[in-house]
Amino acid sequence: MKYIDEFRDKKLIQKLSARIKEAASQQNINFMEVCGTHTHNILRFGLDKLLPPGIRLISGPGCPVCVSTQDYIDKALFLAEKKDVIIATFGDMLRVPGSRTSLEKQRAKTANVRVVYSALDAIKVAQDNPDKKIVFLAVGFETTVPTIALSILTAKKKNIRNLFFLCALKLIPPAMEYLAKDKRLKLDGFLCPGHVSAVIGAQAYRFLAEKYRLICCVAGFEPLDILEGIYFLLRHIDHPQVINQYSRVVTASGNKKAQEIMYQVFKVSDSGWRGLGVIPKSGLRIKDEFSQFDSEKVFCLEPANRPTGQPANRCKCSDVLKGLLTPPQCPLFSRKCRPDNPLGPCMISNEGACNAYYKYR
Amino acid sequence: MCLAIPMKVKVIEGEFAEVETGRLTRKVNVQMLGGLKAGDYVIVHAGFAIQKIDARKAKETLDIIEELDPSHP
Repeated sequence: MKYIDEFRDKKLIQKLSARIKEAASQQNINFMEVCGTHTHNILRFGLDKLLPPGIRLISGPGCPVCVSTQDYIDKALFLAEKKDVIIATFGDMLRVPGSRTSLEKQRAKTANVRVVYSALDAIKVAQDNPDKKIVFLAVGFETTVPTIALSILTAKKKNIRNLFFLCALKLIPPAMEYLAKDKRLKLDGFLCPGHVSAVIGAQAYRFLAEKYRLICCVAGFEPLDILEGIYFLLRHIDHPQVINQYSRVVTASGNKKAQEIMYQVFKVSDSGWRGLGVIPKSGLRIKDEFSQFDSEKVFCLEPANRPTGQPANRCKCSDVLKGLLTPPQCPLFSRKCRPDNPLGPCMISNEGACNAYYKYR
Repeated sequence: MCLAIPMKVKVIEGEFAEVETGRLTRKVNVQMLGGLKAGDYVIVHAGFAIQKIDARKAKETLDIIEELDPSHP
């Protein structure tokens, strides 16, 4: 398929791998990827095995499902128990554990939970079920935020009154800053997320190069993209800057129209991340003029941004999300915690680091 | 979850477009992009086209890799 096959060319992969080995002049280099699709494809294509041993790729908090707090899931579960509520959600959220149970387990009992592909599908569910209240679980990073904002605008235009959004939308650059400050990680640079950057633009990471002296490269998701991204990081490691490898999709300033739509509906707020705690200005809340769609206001819930502890089962997801542990270093990994019986969110989501390690290692 | 795939625009109908990749055809919202035309490639995420693909830049990226030469860094 166009724009996929040519970026998987074996000869070019071998060539890049050789150039990376030449460019890696020092040992103990730590790069973090903060996109679950990067983590997934690095392991799926065995790209880490093509790197010299001195380069370590650390998986960061790149999966919105994994960083959703227990508190958020508990609120979704509370609403799911109401007889007149239908929960509409992306499929990955079903199995994420709250403090007692998950949406999947509740669905098997009485809860009405529908899996949708797009926030626009939730509008259709609302139109088809006028006597029910539809709650869409609005989870995602900047890639997904404009799609949810446009759905809210569409619902307003169509005067839909039985659709509400429970928001745990998050912004990636503030989380990267939190990680850049963590000296334990000894980061040298970031492989920046391609599709988040399609919306926010490559220049959104400039502060990481200027303030924290970290090399940053926005990269696409095919093997050649990821390897070229790592090559650029190595080549420019001593001259912190933002490099854009994924220029076929990402521009310096991003998709301005998408950004306008985002901030028409949402305002920046502090937000709780599973494993990382509350990060200032790292989340989005629905603006007052759209409060008729805000589940927290309509159902009188506490703001869903409080961090909560891990379940008492020795789950190490919080350290995995921070990049302090690799998944196999968790005592539960592949023993008690597996994709068929996940104990933590990083094993549940397809984009979770534990899930990717389990599948491909 | 930020997974998004390149798809080719077939027909544009107002705020929506029919897009395809391989044997998969979908109707997606294209409101976030201006100046789209049939034949363009877009990146599709959760039912929306979020960005247009720049064919010239795609070729440049591959050319840079082709031309990487250890003696001329």
